[in-house]
Order: sequence, then C-alpha cells, then structure tokens
Amino acid sequence: MTRIRLTPFATWLRLAVPVFVALAALTLTSVARADQLSDDLSGLASADASEVSGAIVKAANRGDARALPALRALDDGTLRFDAQKHLLIKKESGALSDALTGAAATAQGKLEEPASDNEVRRALSPALASLSLSAPSAEVRLKAAHELGRPSDEIVPIVRQVLAKETNADVKVALSLALVPADLASDKPADRIRALGAIETASDAAFKTDVERLLSKGPDGKFVELDPSVRSAASAALSAIETRQLLINSVGNTFYGLSLGSVLILCALGLSITFGLMGVINMAHGEMMMIGAYTAFVVQNLFLSHLPTHVDWYVAVAVPAAFVVSGAVGVLMERTVIRHLYGRPLETLLATWGISLLLIQTVRLIFGAQNVTVANPGWLSGGVEILPQVVLTYSRLAVIAFSVVVMLFVWALMQKTRLGLEVRAVTQNRAMAAAMGISTRRVDMWTFGIGSGVAGLGGVALSQLGNVGPELGQGYIVDSFMVVVLGGVGKLAGTIAGGLGLGLVNKYLEPLAGAVLGKIFILGFIIVFIQRRPQGIFALKGRAAEVS
Amino acid sequence: MKAEPAVGLKALHDKRGWTALAIVTLLMCVVVPVLSLAVPVSSALHVPDYLIALVGKFLCYGIVALAIDLIWGFTGILSLGHGVFFALGGYAMGMYLMLSIGSQGVYKSALPDFMVFLDWKELPWFWRGFDYLGVALIAALVVPGLLAFAFGYFAFRSRIRGVYFSIITQALTYALMLLFFRNETGFGGNNGLTDFKSLYGYDLHQPSTKVALYVFSALGLLFTYLLCRYIVTSKAGRVLRAIRDAESRAMFVGFNPTNYKLFAWTLSAVLCGLAGALYVPQVGIINPGEMQPANSIEMGIWVAVGGRATLFGAVLGAFLVNGMRSFFTAAMPNAWLYVLGLLFIAVTLFFPDGVAGALGRLKRKS
Repeated sequence: MTRIRLTPFATWLRLAVPVFVALAALTLTSVARADQLSDDLSGLASADASEVSGAIVKAANRGDARALPALRALDDGTLRFDAQKHLLIKKESGALSDALTGAAATAQGKLEEPASDNEVRRALSPALASLSLSAPSAEVRLKAAHELGRPSDEIVPIVRQVLAKETNADVKVALSLALVPADLASDKPADRIRALGAIETASDAAFKTDVERLLSKGPDGKFVELDPSVRSAASAALSAIETRQLLINSVGNTFYGLSLGSVLILCALGLSITFGLMGVINMAHGEMMMIGAYTAFVVQNLFLSHLPTHVDWYVAVAVPAAFVVSGAVGVLMERTVIRHLYGRPLETLLATWGISLLLIQTVRLIFGAQNVTVANPGWLSGGVEILPQVVLTYSRLAVIAFSVVVMLFVWALMQKTRLGLEVRAVTQNRAMAAAMGISTRRVDMWTFGIGSGVAGLGGVALSQLGNVGPELGQGYIVDSFMVVVLGGVGKLAGTIAGGLGLGLVNKYLEPLAGAVLGKIFILGFIIVFIQRRPQGIFALKGRAAEVS
Repeated sequence: MKAEPAVGLKALHDKRGWTALAIVTLLMCVVVPVLSLAVPVSSALHVPDYLIALVGKFLCYGIVALAIDLIWGFTGILSLGHGVFFALGGYAMGMYLMLSIGSQGVYKSALPDFMVFLDWKELPWFWRGFDYLGVALIAALVVPGLLAFAFGYFAFRSRIRGVYFSIITQALTYALMLLFFRNETGFGGNNGLTDFKSLYGYDLHQPSTKVALYVFSALGLLFTYLLCRYIVTSKAGRVLRAIRDAESRAMFVGFNPTNYKLFAWTLSAVLCGLAGALYVPQVGIINPGEMQPANSIEMGIWVAVGGRATLFGAVLGAFLVNGMRSFFTAAMPNAWLYVLGLLFIAVTLFFPDGVAGALGRLKRKS
C-alpha cells in the first residue's frame, strides 16, 4: 500500500527536483545579471559627469533593456541618488521608486541629481535608442522605432546595426523608414535607392514631398536627381504613395458618404411616403428632424439631472421619445392644416412652409437661438482606425446601423401590416381604396404621423453627429427633396438608392471640386436627370403611373 | 378652378378703372415727390426720406409680385425660385454701380474693392462692358430671361409640373446662392456688391436722386402692370388660364402648352430682373442672401395674400406683407416669424383668394 502510495510521490519528486533546480539556477543567474547591471549603472550615481557617461556607455554595451527606466529618467531629469548611492526615480507626485525594480522606495539621506554635461547628453541618446530598439518585446521595439523620428547622425549607425538583426516585419519597416532621411541625403545612389525602396514598401505619405522633389527639375532644366535609376525608384515610390492615398481617401469618402446617405435616407423616407400618398410636399419635414434632435437634447438633460449614473443610456430613451414627439407634431399638422388643403398641393407647400416658420421660432424662443450640444454617450465616442488616418467613428457607424434598422422597420410596416397595406392601396388609387372601405383620412393621418416620426429618428441620428440648432432641418430639406426626386416618389428602394447615391457622390466630389461646387454639380445633375427620367430611378409602372 | 374675373376681355380697363389708375399714378409720381422735395421738412405734409426709400422698395416688390402673379396666378406654375431672377437683375445693376465707384473705393483702385482684396489684377471677362449703364440694364433683363428660358425649356419640355417644378426651382435658387457665396465666382462672395456712390453721375445719397429712383420704380410698376394686364386680357392670356385649369384639355384643343408656359415664365423672370435693377440702387447693396429659398417663398405669399390672378391684388399683397414686416421687425422682432407663419397658414386655409377676393365678395354683397 505504502509503495503504491509512494510511487506517484516519487514520480512527482523525480520530475519536480530538476524543475526546482532549474528555477533556482534561473533566479540566481538573473540575480547575478541584475547585479552586473546595477554595477554598470552604479556609475550613474555620481556627481562626476565622466563617471556618468562611462556608466551610460557600459549599460548600452551590455544591451540589457532593464536599464531603460533609469536612463529615461536621466534623460527627463527625474533620476536621483541618495547617500547610499541607490538610484531612485522621482515621480511627478514626489514619490520615489527604485530605478531598477520599479518598486516604491525611500531615500536614505540626502537626494542628489546625477551630474550632466554635453558628453552625458551625447552618450545618452544613442544608448537609449540602442537599448529600446533591442528590447526583447517587439511592441517596445516598434514603439521605439516610431519614436526615432529623424535620427541624428550618431544614432543612424546604431539603427543600421539593429535593423540587420531585426526579425519582426513591422519593426523592420519602421526602422528602415527612420533611415530614409539619412539615406536620401547620402551621395551614394545605392543608399538613395534603398531609401526609396523603404518608402515604397511603407507607402508613407510623409515622404511624398521628398520624393516629388527628386523627380522635379531644377531651374537649370535638369532633374534634381541626376541618376536615372534613382529616379525610376522614386517614381515607383511615388506611385505607391499615391495608390495608398487613393485607397485611404476612397475608404474615408465611402464611409462619410454612407453616413451622410443614411441621414438623408432617414430624412427622405417619411417625405417620400407622404408625398407618394397625398401628393403634398411637407416643407416642415426638416423641422420634424429638428424637433427629434431637440427631443434628444431634452432627454439627455433629464438624464443628467435625474439619473446621472445612467446618462450613457439616454439614447435608448431618446429614440422612442423623438419618434413619438415628432410623430405627434406631424399628426397635429395633418389634422389642423394639411387635411383641409387636400387636392391643392401648391397651397399645402406654402402652408407647411408657414408651419416650419412657426416651429423654428417656437424652438428658438424655448431653447435660444444658439446651438445646443447633445453629447455622444460613452459607448458611442471614439472610433476604430482601420487604416492610418482613417478612423471610423462609432457615432457614424451607429448612425449607419440605425438607419438600416429604421429602413427595415419602415419596410416591415409597409409590407407586413394592415396599415401598410392600406397605405399602399391609397397611394395607388385613392378613390378605389376609399370605395373598398378604407378610411383614407385615417390612413393619411397615421402615415403623416409615421413619416414625421421617422424624420424625428433622423434628428436623433443628426444630434449624434453635430450641433443642434433651430435651423438644423433647413439644411437638409433641399437635399432630402433631391433624394425623393432622384429615387422616385413613394418608393422605399428608390429612396435608399437615391440617398446613398447622393451621399456618396457628395463626399466623392467634395475633395475634387470643393463642397459648394460639388453641391451645385449635383443639383445640376438632378435637373438634367429629371429630364430623362421624370419619375425617378424607380419609376412606377402601369396604372399606378397614370394616377401620380 | 377659378371663375373668370368680371372685367371684360376687350379693353384693358373700363373708364372707371383708367381714372383710378391715373389718379394713383399722379399721386405716386407727382404729388409724393413734390411733397418730399419742395415742401419744407417742418411741414406736416412733408414726406420724409425714409418713407420714400421704403415705398421705393415696396414698388420694386410690387413688380416682383406682378411677375409671380403672371406665372402662378394666371398660369398655375408656382415658382419658389424667383428670388434668383430678382437677384440677377440686381447684380447686373450692382456691377455697373460698382464700376462707377471708380477709384473712390477704400483701396483707391480702379478695380472694385473686393477684387483688390482678393488680389485680382484685372476685371474678369464677364465684368467687361458693365461700365455702361445701358449694358447693365440690358443685362439685368436678358440674363434672368436667358436663365429662365433655358431652365423652363428643359423643365416644361419634359412636362415637369406642379410641386415637382416648384421644388426644382427651389433647388435652382439654392444652387445659385451657393455659387454666388463663393469668392471665386467673382461677385463679391458673401458680402456681395455694396458701397455704391453714384448712378449715372448722380449721387445716390442725395434726396433728389432717391426721389428720382422712387419715381422710376413707380413708373416701372405702372409699365409692368399695364403689360401684364395687356397679356392676361389678350387671347394668349386666356390660353394661359386654360393651361392653368386643364393643361391636357388645352393641349388636345390644339395649343402647345410648353410654348405658352415658356413665354409667361421667361417674361416673368425678365420683369423680376427689372425689379432687381431698380431695387439695388435704392437699398445700396446686393448679396447672395437675396437668393435664399426663404425669400423666394415669401414672394409667393405676397401674391397669395393679395389674391391670385388679380393683378392689383398682387401689388396690394406685396405692400401689405412688406408693410407688416417693416412694422413687426421694428416693433416686435420675435413675433414677426409667427405673424409670417400664421399668414402662410391662414391665407391658404381661409382666404384662398386673398384680400382682393375678400374685397370682391364684400362689393358683391353690398
């Protein structure tokens, strides 16, 4: 029994002993190495500048990254030593920590600063560079390589040495980029070609002007760069940079275009439905967005004053609230004004313009004429960087996702509910639908309410992207009419295509022609487009076309 | 849609109408100027300068109202972009006034100040010739006319009508506003054209010049009124109304609505250009703000308030609405937008035939 019980223990022992031994040995060696390191660094604790610079050189030659904190502290001027010659780092708070272990420490006796002169400073920066560039962690090395900037002449050879040994691809690219300025200035063509190769690999736009300068001609009509092989390397690098920039721009433009398009769709959806249904243009539709945005503002303030701990979730309340408030205003408008103007579309246009003036002025009196800020909740601030210089902000991503949800909601409403069926029937043929027993007035009212509510949702989305002011809606009304005109009236698919198309074209044209000319171009295009397809992209076909 | 006006089609006016018109013209063009210039300031009968300036502006608005009545009231096309034609006429006049400043500007240069400011070395090509008043006046009529003709040709040819047309005209004014806001366009950008000194050698700040401009505006309004009156009482005017009330039927009867609409539309734009050219020397500034969509919509409400398809009603509406604006923006600035908004709603809901219609009803009852 004992034997049986002993056997596993013995096995365990047989395995464990070597592990213990190995661990102990490891601890010992690391202690020994730490000792050597602290020996090297002990010279830093000196009022003699030549001793300090000697210690720096020794630490650099040993190549142990654990010396970095002490050297960095020396560089910052936060390194101290006490009467026992212990190296300490003085933090901003005044607390002290051990320069080697990083543990909190207390000073024994008087604190002194190590001596410093030009020689120390000259020794320090290559030492810092070589130590951090040869640190065991690739992350640290990459960071150090990025921080190199334009390395000075004494660091360049160190970078070359490190680069020769480097295995990580990212660090290699960063290091070779750091060498570019030195190589470009070199008088050997091979160096310059190597530099251009590095630029080409990295496609870094920061060097664009340098490369362009090589390819330009001086006042004497000769190329700045005399060597044709260097010039061909330069043009390869330039085209790589330009390809990369094009990619970055098109990704960015697509993203901004999509988010603008989503907002336009949210605004145009309701407009398109009511226009298709009742043939009236609601000039106060933009103000429904404005009301939605102000609802978000009010909800945010209510959260701030009553539920400050849950303020991040105000959006969840603001969305339904905006739908209800804007929808209610829409229903009120329909019942009091629009219903009485049935069959007089031009008068409706003027009357709803009057309503929009009333709404703007009311909001101005309640909230003031200045813009108010609706803050992004915590989980919507920030963004994800998919390419250098291209940050997809969460708020814009959320607006895109939100508009998809709203589109699905409207689609389901129109296709899957009784009300949607009735709306479609009235849109196709009002008299016939009425004859079938549909209460067209009730349908009108609800549709108007829903259209306005959807605009209110658009307002919440807008409040997440920018400031909210009384004239918020005015800026979008012309654009959203253009979406309706482009997409065709009362067509969900048309509105989506029109909105996205307009948003994307807008953002693609902006860098080419400037924001204003881009807009003028689009308006011109739409005027011409209407010539060819007066019914929009998705024209109604058959009998429905005759009614509208 | 609307009953034919009671006025006969054969003559422009009956005897009473002509008499009333003559009296009003005499009052506006002779009595008021005399009261302003010859009567001493201390007298109770003196017409103060600010009133001359105000009424002078209103007279220009009256021309615009007539132009809109012609196209909306009689032809059934609601334009939300007439501000563009008005502003283009104004810009043409402004360019002449700008060049006639000569080197009296802030920078003492022969170029207009804003061009010096933008560091331009010479006049852009489209500014050439605008140092002649005649060229400017012709341009004030022709440029809006050409724009309207081109725009209307494409729009009416593809049978864009109703609210579609209205929205497209709004896009037109919006686009041109954006264009004129740019400094590169060459019309002074945001600030527009201003600081005018003299018109054809006469100092614009002299009371006599102001009265003269006022009289020209009154004569312009009279001319526009008679022209519109002539058109709407002519056979073409009947066709326009037929198109307004039943376009397809008018077409089947054998008229080509496109040509008639294009004629009325272009003429309307030309008249707006005339109004703009008369307006700018009186107010002393023209900037892209005149092309704001809101301005154009307000022009529509003048006509709606006064009463559509009754030419004198349109003028009345322009005077009424702008008089209210002058009163409210001075006395109760916050209330003005409410008044204007309610005016839009009330007129469309309760007085679709405007003041003129209400007056007509009263007359018939008594």
